[in-house]
Amino acid sequence: MASYLVKRLGLAVVTLVLLSMIIFLAGQVLPGDPGRAVLGNFASAQSVRVFDHRIGYDRPFVTQYWSWVSGIVRGNFGISYQYNSPVAPMIFSGLWNSLKLALLALCIIVPLSIGAGVLAALNVGRPLDRIISILGLSGSTVPEFVSGIFVIVIFAVVFKLLPPTADSGAGAGFFTQLDHLVLPAIPLVVEFFGYISRITRATTVEALDSDYVRTAVLKGLRRRTVIRRHVLRNSLLPAITVIASQTGYLIGGLVVIETLFQYPGIGDLIYNAAKNKDFPMLEAGVLAIGVIYLLATLAADLASSLLNPRVRIDATR
Amino acid sequence: MSSASGAAPPGRPGRHVAGPVEPDALAVEGLQVSYRVGGRDLLALRDVSLRVGPRQAYGLVGESGSGKSTVALAVTRYLARNGRVSGGTISVAGTDVLALRGERLRRLRAETVSMVYQEPGKALNPSIRVGRQLAEVFEIAGARRREALAAAEDALTRVQISDPRRLLERYPHELSGGMLQRVVIAMALASEPSLLILDEPTTALDATVEAEVLDLVSSLREELDTSILFISHNLAVIAKMCDRVGVLYAGELVEEGSASEVFTEPRHPYTVGLLSCIPRRGLRKDHGRLDTIPGFLPAPGSVLAGCIFAPRCGLVEAQCRLSEPPLAELGNYRRSRCYFPGRALEVGSRGAGPGEPAEAPAGRPPVGARAPLLGLRQVSKSFSARHEQLHALVGIDLEIGSGETLGLVGESGSGKTTLARAVLGLSAPDEGSTIELNGVPLAGSAGRRTGDQLAAVQIVFQNPDSALNRRHSVRRILRRALARSAGPRGMDREERLAELIGSVRMEPRQLGLRPAQLSGGLKQRVAIARAFAGEPALVVCDEPTSALDVSVQAAILNLLVELQARRNVSYLFISHDLGVVRYLADRIAVLYLGRLMEVGPAEAVFSGPQHPYTEALLSAVPSLDGQRRGRIRLTGEIPSAASPPSGCVFHTRCPRRLASGICESAEPPLLEVAAGRTMRCHIPLDELAQLQREPPAEAPAVPGASANGSSPL
Repeated sequence: MASYLVKRLGLAVVTLVLLSMIIFLAGQVLPGDPGRAVLGNFASAQSVRVFDHRIGYDRPFVTQYWSWVSGIVRGNFGISYQYNSPVAPMIFSGLWNSLKLALLALCIIVPLSIGAGVLAALNVGRPLDRIISILGLSGSTVPEFVSGIFVIVIFAVVFKLLPPTADSGAGAGFFTQLDHLVLPAIPLVVEFFGYISRITRATTVEALDSDYVRTAVLKGLRRRTVIRRHVLRNSLLPAITVIASQTGYLIGGLVVIETLFQYPGIGDLIYNAAKNKDFPMLEAGVLAIGVIYLLATLAADLASSLLNPRVRIDATR
Repeated sequence: MSSASGAAPPGRPGRHVAGPVEPDALAVEGLQVSYRVGGRDLLALRDVSLRVGPRQAYGLVGESGSGKSTVALAVTRYLARNGRVSGGTISVAGTDVLALRGERLRRLRAETVSMVYQEPGKALNPSIRVGRQLAEVFEIAGARRREALAAAEDALTRVQISDPRRLLERYPHELSGGMLQRVVIAMALASEPSLLILDEPTTALDATVEAEVLDLVSSLREELDTSILFISHNLAVIAKMCDRVGVLYAGELVEEGSASEVFTEPRHPYTVGLLSCIPRRGLRKDHGRLDTIPGFLPAPGSVLAGCIFAPRCGLVEAQCRLSEPPLAELGNYRRSRCYFPGRALEVGSRGAGPGEPAEAPAGRPPVGARAPLLGLRQVSKSFSARHEQLHALVGIDLEIGSGETLGLVGESGSGKTTLARAVLGLSAPDEGSTIELNGVPLAGSAGRRTGDQLAAVQIVFQNPDSALNRRHSVRRILRRALARSAGPRGMDREERLAELIGSVRMEPRQLGLRPAQLSGGLKQRVAIARAFAGEPALVVCDEPTSALDVSVQAAILNLLVELQARRNVSYLFISHDLGVVRYLADRIAVLYLGRLMEVGPAEAVFSGPQHPYTEALLSAVPSLDGQRRGRIRLTGEIPSAASPPSGCVFHTRCPRRLASGICESAEPPLLEVAAGRTMRCHIPLDELAQLQREPPAEAPAVPGASANGSSPL
């Protein structure tokens, strides 16, 4: 198990290195230059050149990449061009805010869509199954910014049940924060419900159709026992793995939601950094999301290998 | 019990208990089952009636698509979501199954009916320990958790598992197929059900394991008061296990009677056809072609005015096409759905019967006189797992002459497929191994062989479904194969395609079809055509007929013989079905744990004396012919190739191990024991001959099967 973990972590590091190269390259090929973006359209060409030289933008690509990477290894993520202050604290606070929103969304998404998926599977072909899959599908096809505006109008403007902005200000208590975060979480739930419930439905149907469930039913076990012990145990595992792999998408979805709800999360930071060609911020932000994504997948794989004896054996070999 | 219509005949004699008449374990009357496909109800079973008396074993035979599993699923009320019982009644031990709902249905399953099915590996929950799963059965009956585990241990002892306590802690994937099937049987018998349904319980197992499992079922049957519904496509297994037999064809019961009578004196042309297309009674390709049943199973749900078998029947008369014959009583509890039951046996003598000589023998030089085509010298193959070296093949020396068929036999795990892969260049053998084609050494991996060498060695796989690209048409599949070979000059592509498809007895119009539109047999023909596109010298056939029904198998075997006679191609023929190997092979090579145990001319190997391992393989096969020799049984599992036993690798399971201890200490060399025969055994050939003439002392008489003489045919 330990060697499996080491192997997986090694692979994760390789992935991160590749990711950093791609981000860096992408930053370079974006049109325009940071000096112009930061100083504005009316700045002289001379001051733009001076700015670019100060941040090292005029050096060769490889040199820039190397100094960036060696900085990261030492814990220095660079200085934001926009704010002229270190990137790291801003990234961490943004990440923390985003995690709060993402966790709240997950807490709603996971039980809701797994429950619905299992329910649909147990009623395959019946109206309930159809209703769940139609709801899910229509939810996934609506973009977050549409459903986001929709919930703002309904819950915040018309009924005034919840605040329209996500940011609850500094020092707000737990429930105040929760109150502010529920509304932005809803579009994410709508977006992900369809996919996760569909996956859960598929794995559960597969388990229901399996020979071992037939064995269990023909043994004379009660339906409840069959479902709990023989169906769910085997069908939820793959579903969990899929959910973890969706974390990346979830954070991608956050970019739109955070902008819409004016929430100072990592998505908001990345969006602004990209707009303003603030490379250190952009690169560190994307890298941070990469790390989160890798950790989530790793956690899912570990969880599934702990729960599934076959994978566990293979992993220890 | 004396009503004329389909009463169950008495069970085994001498076992009747005085007192009130027991109800039949299973009584099915006029059962109709339909599946809803694409908005239409397709009938899968029509008017099926059968009865299984107390303590009786009833065999249901039929090819795929005959509806035999549907019967089992209907009885346990576990039809697929789109399946529905649309008529008839089913009663198990006097209870009307179709009327049961909820709790009462659950009780029936828990107490009265149990089922075992084909793939033991899938029948158990992969994420729960075997012990827990077995204990569940006892918990349903009201046992506490700890009592249930103890009872599970006892149940495993009953199915002759030697270390039950350790087994309880295992997960299903850690056990072999034979072990798993024992666990499943233990689970099924735990509630001492009135009816045990076995649906192809040994089809996925090796012959040696199959024999063990069948013996186990027979002996448990003696112990318990359980009736059995045994479903199988394998007539010999049914003949061995059952008192009575019903033959299903396209959802109809076409013949029924006692096992001994149905298999010796069939009264329906379909039964006759089924029996005669199995290679048996020592039939060999030089003796003649195998019988086949022409045509195809009618499409599910198709409605015929007359007899459902009429389109394929050799005896068909005008009457047969007009109205459907009833399932007529023939007396002595026999029934046949044929207007001319007395003439059924004539089918065999019409058409391509065994009397017609195959075109094969003409001008073929005798075995041994042929130039060697393929030579294997000291071929070894080892795989390295993390901590251990796994020797899959050890020093194989083998030759295949041109135009010769070498049959390769052995249990799963013996190295058959590894050897085939080495010959094909799919996995390179170890350093020092030589594989020669026409005297020229072949590179270990296919990537480094020349185009001609690649074309010269081709393969036909077991499962044509996965071997053909299902998105490509037959034309495209064959054209690609042809493009890689030069072919005779002066023929354009279309002509060559037409000739190729014709050579496997298919029509050029079928070139436009995709694999999904073809039956299993036709798909295998396409796979064979693809192998023959490049005029190969050697075709490796890896279980080419195992996935096919017997009637289709016969046609494919005939085709292989015919192609060999015309093209002088050699076959390396891998099969677990010794009847098939005997029919097709000129020589036999027997593999065990990656070592050759015996090589020799097919007839010499089959008629004996044989290596003890070969003897065990042969005696594991249930035969319809009743040439029952002193059966010797292999016990235990094939040892791991990572740590083979000392001395002779077979000594751990050998029933003829010498008392001197030499078998444990020294590995016998592969020596020539007679002309063209080599063997790896410390016992000299004449002593083996002596031993094999008399049945070994410890061989158990097979209970059950011998009790009422259902087997000698």
